[in-house]
Parts: sequence; structure tokens; C-alpha cells
Amino acid sequence: MTAITRQRQPSRLLPRLLMAPAVGTLFLWMIVPLVMTVYFSTIRYNLMQPEATGFIGLANYEFFVTDPSFGTAVLNTLVLLASVIAITVVGGIALALLINDPFPGRGVVRMLLISPFFVMPTVNALMWKHMMMNPIYGVFAQVAQFFGAQPIDFMADWPLLAVIIMVAWQWLPFACLIFITALQSMNREQLEAAGMDGANYLQQLRYMYLPHLGRSIAVVIMIELIFLLSVFAEIFTTTGGGPGDASTNVAFLIYKQALLGFDAGVASAGALLAVVLANIVAVFLVRMIGKNLD
Amino acid sequence: MDIATATPVPAVSARRKQPFNWRLLIRAIASWIVTLVIVFPIIFLVMTAFKTELQAIEVPTQWFFTPTLEGFHEVQERSDYLLYARNSLITSIGSTLLGLAIAAPAAYSMAFFRTRKTRDLLMWMLSTKFMPAVGALVPIYVIAQQTQLLDSVLGLTIVFTLSNLPIMVWMLYTNFKEIPPEILEAVRMDGADLWGEFRHVLLPLAMGGLASTGLLCLVLSWNEAFWSLNLTAAKAGTLAALIAQYSSPEGLFWAKLSAASLMAIAPIVVFGWFSQKQLVQGLTFGAVK
Repeated sequence: MTAITRQRQPSRLLPRLLMAPAVGTLFLWMIVPLVMTVYFSTIRYNLMQPEATGFIGLANYEFFVTDPSFGTAVLNTLVLLASVIAITVVGGIALALLINDPFPGRGVVRMLLISPFFVMPTVNALMWKHMMMNPIYGVFAQVAQFFGAQPIDFMADWPLLAVIIMVAWQWLPFACLIFITALQSMNREQLEAAGMDGANYLQQLRYMYLPHLGRSIAVVIMIELIFLLSVFAEIFTTTGGGPGDASTNVAFLIYKQALLGFDAGVASAGALLAVVLANIVAVFLVRMIGKNLD
Repeated sequence: MDIATATPVPAVSARRKQPFNWRLLIRAIASWIVTLVIVFPIIFLVMTAFKTELQAIEVPTQWFFTPTLEGFHEVQERSDYLLYARNSLITSIGSTLLGLAIAAPAAYSMAFFRTRKTRDLLMWMLSTKFMPAVGALVPIYVIAQQTQLLDSVLGLTIVFTLSNLPIMVWMLYTNFKEIPPEILEAVRMDGADLWGEFRHVLLPLAMGGLASTGLLCLVLSWNEAFWSLNLTAAKAGTLAALIAQYSSPEGLFWAKLSAASLMAIAPIVVFGWFSQKQLVQGLTFGAVK
């Protein structure tokens, strides 16, 4: 053993060399925009008023934070994040338990089930907005009318719920398939023994299935966290953040400031606050599930 | 085999067989219903793509109709589908290959030369993904403008590569970690050089991880909407950006919208169906022991 380690000592350079391209590019990818954003956030920088320039300290931050949209956007971001994670983890586990055991056509079911994960967000959003949720022609409206109920106008009355449905629909199959893969490595004999000993299904779920799924739940939450904090296309192509700010998340609010308000300074201040917010959420979650990721 | 252990086995399974079949049937029916409900929007989209505009918004929905290719023709007339498809193809394949080339050596190094800092490094890489892309929009836009990379396939490929890199490194790292280092050490003891070790031992063992990471990157890039919406216009737009053109004002031209959507998702969905086993294997990020 010592021989091997000693032999490897001189090649300490190699691992670093191999790591350099990834670490270097990622560092640039992070630090350059960050420095520029910090700079932009402290100057007057409105694309519509190129003559107005100069250092203005924290005014951009003040403007962004005191904007009443800010609180709404933070809340919407957290609601979206929590709802989609809850729906996909609970729904994914239920679905995985349902199709874990063999039955006729299981292979086809598995194949069909993952389809939503491959549908691009812009198609996903427009499909749901028009064909499913349109209050007159949509499928939901037809179903509501069939039961004699008043069709729901999702885009006007429940825009955030509409976005949650779209995003959850995309990520549910992903969660489900990861859970299925995890379930397949479960110890069948232990399960049967528990069944023989009279453990009912809920007990099996609580003491056998869920502990076994711990790591995969952590992985699912981690990956979804990365993508859900920056949900954009679904909002952009359907509600445009509205009505009002009802479906605006932090990412979309910054976008509105930057490209619709042409105020790059305020948008940059918002971007930095979003980074802080994202990292708070991330640190919190990584603490919670981090030991499961090693 | 002695009788004492052999006989109870068939007895148990015979006793179980009768009630088990019922449960199997219910399970199969429930699974199929749930699956069809989940996939229903896609089925509906495919149907609408082959309708005329009038049929498309008819209430109640027509389930049987004579299919027409009208929608597809109009999409091709209105916008150059092939150009967008080509851009999607180049950017996703390009960023996948480039990403693998950068991520694989790093992941190898992290998996086989682990130090105390490896975990921190990984977390740092992932933390760059926690920043919403929009946070970097203004700077990246300005840089792209300055370097003539705005609305260019090359620029978009680079951005896709960088934004997928952390996940690729993580995924490859968890895959490489499963390879027992003793194998590599044994080969090294046998006097194989670095190239031989890589070519004959590491590569075959790492193939699965590389494949599933590549697949995920392909899917993510093909479907990426934020950067392609904001960094491209008529020249380098991908299919995700093409579809966004069909948003609000054209709301009720469902047949056209569906035809365009179908053309945008069909390649990746069909591709995904056939590679999903491989993809999901790698996606567990070491969660399955």
C-alpha cells in the first residue's frame, strides 16, 4: 500500500491538470458575470437613457427591494419550489410503488411515463395553456362542463397554480423513474419477511421503503432545486408573470427589469439579491440532505 | 437437494397465486390509467397537429377525424423549420461533446485522486448552478455582443456547455466512483502505461456513465429555452425559441402550434424513449447502492 502511495506522489500534478479546464472555465463563468453584475448594480445603467451614467451606490438595490413586486416574487418563487418538490416527491414515490412490480406492459408504461421529461418547456407551457387550460375550448373546460361546473380560467384566476402544474408535470416522471431504480435494489426477502411478520403496508412504507429511498429523495430534491429556482420559459410563454405579479418569480422579475424595463442597473441589483436568496435556499437544503449525497 | 427445503417452496407460491392475480390485474389497470392521464396532453397535442384549424378548436373534441398535413405545411412556409432544427442539433451535440471533454477528466481526477477538498469543490461547482441564469443575463449579453457571439451557434454552444458543466461533472464523478480503484492499481502494477490504463480498462468501465451523462446533456441542451430565447434572433435560434414565437397573439391557431410543437419535441422524445434505461441508470447520482 505504501509503495503505491509513494509511487503516486510525483504525479500530484496530473489530477490538477485534468481538473484545470473544468475548474477554470467554471470559475470564469461564475466570476466574470458576478464582477460585472456587482459593477452594473452600483451605477446608473438604463438602456433607454444612455446619457445618464455614474455611480449611485445602493440606489438600485433600494429601488428593487422597495418595489412591492419584490416580496410577491420571493413568495411566488418559494411557493413554486415547495409545491413542485412536494408534488413530485410524493407523487413520484406513489407512482414508483405502483409500477415497481411486474405487470403486463410495464416496459411500455415506463417508456411512455418519462415522455414529459423530454418535452421542452416552451412546448409544455403552450400545450397546457391552450389545449388543456383554455377556459372555452380546453380539455379542462370540457370536463368541467360535462360535470356541470363552471370552467376555471387558469391564466386569469390561478396563474401560479397553472405554472406549478406545468412544471410538476415535467418533473414528476423524472422523480418517479429515479425512485423505481432505487426500489429495484430493495431486499425482496426482507420485505416478504416483514409481510409474514404481519407488518401492514403503511408500516412497510414507513420502516422499509422510505428509509431505502432516502438517498434518491435527496438527489431528486437537489436536481429539482437547481432547475426550479430558475423557472423561466413556462412563465415567459404563458402568463408573462401576470396578471399583475401573480405568477412572477424572482427570475422573471429580474428579466422584466432588464429587458422590459431596460434598466440593467436595477436588474443587476436584483440578480445579486437572487443569488443571495438562491444560496440561502441551497445552503439550507444542502445541510438537510447533504450527507445523503456523498 | 433434500426434500425438507424443496417442498415448502411450491406450497407457498401455490397458496399465493390465487389472490395475487387479482392484485396484479388491478395494479396493471391502475398503472395504465395513471400513465395515460399523465401522457394525455402529449396525445392530445399529436392529435391536434393532424387536424385543420377548425377541427382543432371544436367543442366537444373530435376523437375521430381525417388527418391532414395542413398544419405542418403552414409551419414550414411561415418559418424555416429546418434551420431551427439544424441549430438545435448542432448546439446540443456540440455542447455535449465539448462538455464531456471538459467534465470527464475532472470527474476522473476527483473520483480517483480524492482529497479532503473534493467534496467542497463539487459543492462549489453545483453552487454555480443555483444562481438563476437570469442573474447572469446582462453580463453574458454584453460579453456576447462584444465578442460577436450574439445570435451565433458557437456562442450558444459555449453557453450551453458551461451551464451544463456542473451537473455533468457531478454525474460523471458519481459514476466513476463506482469503479473500484483496485482494478486500476492492479493494471498499473502490471506495467500498463497511462494510455493503456485509460484505453483498455477505464474507458470500457466508464462507458455507461459517459453515455448517460451525454444523454442528459443532449436533452437539457435541446430543451434549453432561457439562453436561446435571449441570446439568439433569426440566425441561431433553436427549436425552443421557434415555439415561443407561437405564444400569445396566435393563441387559437392550435393546429399550427401543435404541428410546430410536435416537430420540435418528436426527435428528442423518440430518442429519449429508446435511451431512457441508460439515462435513468446514470441519473441516480450514486443514490442506488
